Order: sequence, then structure tokens, then C-alpha cells
Amino acid sequence: MATMTVAKAINEGLRATLNNNAKSLLMGEDIGALGGVYRVTDGLLKDFGPDRVVDSPLAESGIVGTAIGLALRGYRPVCEIQFDGFVFPAFNQITTQLAKMHFRSSGKLTVPVVIRIPYGGGIGSIEHHSESPEALFAHTAGLRIITPSNAHDAYWMIQQAVECTDPVIFFEPKRRYWLKGEVDTENPGPASDPFKAHVLREGSDATIVAYGPLVPVALAAAAAAAEDGHSIEVIDLRSISPIDFDTVEASVRKTGRLIVAHEAPTFGGIGGEIAARISERAFLHLEAPVIRVGGFHMPYPVAKVEEDYLPDIDKILEALDRSLAY
Amino acid sequence: MGSTQLPTPRINGAGQQFLEGTESGDPATGMVQLLGPDGTLGTDPVFSDYAKRLEPEQLRGFYADMAKIRRFDQEATALQRQGELALWVPLTGQEAAQIGSGRASQPQDYIFPTYREHGVALTRNVDLSELLKLFRGISNGGWDPTENNFHLYTLVLAAQMPHAVGYAMGIQRDQKLAEAAGSNDPKAAVLAYFGDGASSEGDVHESMVFAASYSAPVVFFCQNNHWAISVPTEVQTKVPLFNRAKGYGFPGVRVDGNDVIAVHAVTEWALEHAREGRGPVLIEAHTYRLGAHTTADDPTKYRGSDEETEWRGKDPLDRLEKYLRAEGLADDSFFDQVKLDGDELAAYVRRTALSLQAPDIHDAFAGVYAEPHPLVAEEQAWFRTYEAGFESEEEAGH
Repeated sequence: MATMTVAKAINEGLRATLNNNAKSLLMGEDIGALGGVYRVTDGLLKDFGPDRVVDSPLAESGIVGTAIGLALRGYRPVCEIQFDGFVFPAFNQITTQLAKMHFRSSGKLTVPVVIRIPYGGGIGSIEHHSESPEALFAHTAGLRIITPSNAHDAYWMIQQAVECTDPVIFFEPKRRYWLKGEVDTENPGPASDPFKAHVLREGSDATIVAYGPLVPVALAAAAAAAEDGHSIEVIDLRSISPIDFDTVEASVRKTGRLIVAHEAPTFGGIGGEIAARISERAFLHLEAPVIRVGGFHMPYPVAKVEEDYLPDIDKILEALDRSLAY
Repeated sequence: MGSTQLPTPRINGAGQQFLEGTESGDPATGMVQLLGPDGTLGTDPVFSDYAKRLEPEQLRGFYADMAKIRRFDQEATALQRQGELALWVPLTGQEAAQIGSGRASQPQDYIFPTYREHGVALTRNVDLSELLKLFRGISNGGWDPTENNFHLYTLVLAAQMPHAVGYAMGIQRDQKLAEAAGSNDPKAAVLAYFGDGASSEGDVHESMVFAASYSAPVVFFCQNNHWAISVPTEVQTKVPLFNRAKGYGFPGVRVDGNDVIAVHAVTEWALEHAREGRGPVLIEAHTYRLGAHTTADDPTKYRGSDEETEWRGKDPLDRLEKYLRAEGLADDSFFDQVKLDGDELAAYVRRTALSLQAPDIHDAFAGVYAEPHPLVAEEQAWFRTYEAGFESEEEAGH
């Protein structure tokens, strides 16, 4: 067991990957000497050299496009997109090429590319640096999307992403990069399957589903609700595509109430998908409509008002009150 | 300009003189040409040496390939007109650019085509009937790209270009390891095709930046067929396309794309350059799409027939036939046999295309992910039950 930040855990996970898999390599803007703008790749260029840790030209489509070519040649590239809002120049390569290569080749080609994207707000940054575009990718078949919320998961999930034969988008909750946690580098324990949701807190009155940066917020909301006598179950979704509906459904069958929280706008988002699926699977077990807590239908606002935009403990408690009042 | 400004002193052929050219509509002057439209063989300070390596058997082979692929193109067009293909993308007019470049590649090289490289597919021994699967709605691919190192067609323009560079970066790493291990395996390069229209896409620019930065062993082969559907090359570029290579810092050569001997020579040179670790090359093959962009297109809406007539005078097959006959390298019996072979290929392709069976939707479910996926499994299971519902209704006599 070691205590480390989420950023360090990803760094150590990447180091383990580079050590264990000779075909793996990292590529992205400023990931070499600088170690990435969040220092997630710090020290890796020095230890693995420029053939394995590739500082790329400043071109996102080029990064993902060349990663696809490297994967076709048998490599396992891990691309870093510097910020969430800068992934869109690569959107074409990700959705029309990466996601479809296995499908259009009838399974003859695989493209095990991992795309790391720091996402989400709450760091007081400027435009295009605080977005949560996961639903845009989740809508595309052929991609897998996972997001850790803590250091232990981060350490294991990045390695599992590289081992996966399918392309994986690895969303990193950037405002939790500095969150410290215990990491067991010997044994993944319950983190052995990156596509399974985790029940982090058991409860009987309602379920909160969250992922990535909002997991600590959901846990804090559950703790606050407990003070008012409510027993709240908290699920860390971990995987956004596929979604572990079995775990969510089992929880809802027990609690009868479901809140889904994410930073991304609620309209057309992951919360809506979960609400619809759970309505289909457990309609007669629901005591209240599934309630979503998320961003407004607006571009991510300026930093000085982001606290009004972002889901927080109070917004989740307000949703819980509405659910429990049914 | 002097050759010292180029990354390699070996580029001192005719192509080099026109690195300074400024007119995108430059006629054929200045580009590398060995076999003229009248069938006479000229010389070039660099590329004649490559042409001299060609045996008569190879020259006859070039002709046979070009004739075959033109016949195939006619048959596929006919199949579309008869409703057997949803669409066809004709290549007629571009046979020399495709056969010349494809025949210059080695088996260990890897090819990234656009969607019109039927001639290159032939040179890579792809079963041509498999090219029709995409256009008949049977498959989004159609062949195993790893069998002949011929990638699937890519329909999103220029999207294959960064793939080609990434693949070349993989080759670089593989070769470094192989050399360290004392391997004598032949070196490989990547040949990436695109067109004058796609040259405007950002992915072409980004791929050239990456290729230059890492000295990737890739040859960018642009078939400038002068028309991106209805838009002429002049709208895509104000300088000759091969000149753009200079801006990226690697050699660019313009070649007469209807001269199979010159195309072969230039491509052979460029692939050697790349395999030897001297970085990328851009080739612009000056050619012409004699037919429509696709069978859904109508060129009479945007270009005059006089232009087409002019290019028919530069036909790639005619000029090689003249040369082969004049040199006594082929006679009527050869050309008769080529025609018979073409008809046989056409019959085979037609027969095979018509026998292609539609796949099962369950094959589509199986292709979405390489590893098991619960949502796909759930939807497939639902669909099986849904299908079975109809079957049991039929059994019950409804």
C-alpha cells in the first residue's frame, strides 16, 4: 500500500504499462520533458526514451490518427489530449475511424488505442478547459469509456485500458488529480474489472450514481443526508460505456429511488440514459422518478460563476429531497 | 534553386526544376516524363536509371495490368448500371498512376488507399471481386488487409493519411529493434494515396507534419486527377501540389501520371528513399479522371468535352502499346491475349459479385467490439427473441 495522488497513480500505472508491455508507448503534446501540463507523464521520457514517450506536434487529429496507424502495426499507443475542450479536432478520427475499424474490417483489424482526456471543471480555468464531453463519445458504438474517481482505481484502470483490445477513452477527473488515496500496487482487488460499477456506500432509502469528479461530492451528500436520518447508497459508475446497469438496477430494487449526478449537461447525457434503462428494468421498484443532477444546457460558463453551474452537495441534497418526498 | 536546399542530393531530376513553379494549372512541362503520348521513350537524369532496370516482361505486365483494370472498371460500372452495385467509383484514365506506383511497392510495404485504388489492389494481389463487397452493401471492408498489406478503402477523405504515418512510425520502431537483433529482413515503407481534392483536408497537412518531424518512412502519393467531383484543382491549391513538400521539408516530385514507366521509376526511387531512413516523399501524379467521380456524378454539368478529348490523347494504355509495338516487345497475339484475359476477369468478377451473399445482422453485432460487451449482447439477445417471435407465429399458421 502506498499513498499517492490520482495524478501520481496514473503516472505509476503508465510506468507499469511501459515496463510490462513492450508495445505500449505514450504520445501527446508536452508529455516528454515537461511531463504533461498536469505532470501525469512526469519522468517517463527520462526512463523510457523518446521512442516510447513521444512529444508530438500540436495537432490532435494527427495524434489520434497516427496512434491508429501505430495500433494497426501492433503497437498500443496511449494518447494524451491536453484538455477536454481540445479533443474535437480529433473527433473525426475517433468516431469515424478508431471506433469503426474493428467493425468495418469484420474483426480482422483491432486498434487498441487509449485516449487520455483530463475533463471536468472546478479548477477556475478559462474557456474550453472545464468541459465534460463524455456523452458525445458514449453515443458512438465501438468505443469504451472509463473514468476513475480515486487513486487506486486510476492506477489499475489505466493499465486495464491499455490491455483492452478495444479503443478506450480514459477520462481523468482533473480537479481530483491532487486527491490522495491508498493504492495497492500488488493487487487490484475489486478494481479487477474496469467496466464494473462499485457500491462505495450502502444504504436503503435512495441511490446516488456518480462518476469521476462528482464521486466525492456524492459521498459527502450521502453523509450529510445520513445526519438527517436518510440511508443513501452511493455508486461509482467507473465505466460510462458500457454502463454496469446490473449494479445500478440491483441498488434501485433495494432503495426504490435514484439520483444520477454528473458535471455534463443533463440534456442528452449519461443521466438520461441511466434513467431510461432503469425505468425499463425496474419500473415497478421505483418509488419516484429518476432525477438527474447536472450541468445546464449552456456552454461551460466562466470560472467566476462555475460554482453556480457545477453540481454540488446542496444540489444533490435538493434532488434527494424531491425524490424522498414522492 | 540548388539541390543543397533539399534533404537529399539524389533529387536532381526534372522534378526538381519545378519546385519553384507557381502555377497550379501548370501543364505537363517540367514534370518527370519518360514515355511520351506518342510512345517514344525520353530520358531523365535521375529516373532513366530506374526505367532501365525494367525487363520487357515487366513492361508487358504493366500493359496487361492496365488493360485488365480498365476492363474491370467497365464491368463494375455496368454492374452498377444494372442495379447490382449501389455505387461505383471509376478509375479509367488513372491506370498508369495506379499500376506504376503499385508495382513499385514491395510485399513488405504497406499500402493505404483511398476508395479508387482498384489498380493498386490488383498489384497487391487482392481478389478484385472483393472490392465490390463495399459497393454491393455486403461489407464495409471486404478483404483482409493483413494478407496483402493493402488496407481497407477509407471513405472519409484523408482520414487514412495519419494512419499511414503512424504505421510508418511503427515500422521505424520495429526496424530499430530488428537491426539491434541483427536481422537482415528487407526494410519496409508505407505508400499512402490521396487526391487533389483531399489535399485540402487538415489530415493531409497534419500527416505531413508528423511524417517530417519523425522522418517516417512514408511516400505520399497524390493522384491529381484535376477534379474533386465538380471542383477543379485550382480551387484546392494555388501552387503545384508537389511544391507543398518543400514547406514540410521533404522532397516533392511531379510525375506524368499517365506514363507508367515514369510513375514506376519515381515511386521506386521514393520508396527506396523512405526505406533507407531518409524520410518521407511527396509524389504528385498528374493524371485525369476520364469518367465520372462516381456513377452518381454527371461531369457534363461542370466540364467541357474538349478537355476530356485532350486527355484521351494522353491515354496511358495507348502510349505503352505504341512503345511495345515499336520496340518489337509485343505483337497482336499479346494484345489479343490481354483482351481475352480482361474479358475472363470481367466474367469472373461479375459471376462472383452476383453470388456474394448478404451477411447476417448477427455478424454486425459480433463486429462492434473485439471483447465481450454487455449492451451489444443484450441487444443481440433481444433481437434473437424478436426474430424468434415471428418464426413461432409462422409455425402457428398466422
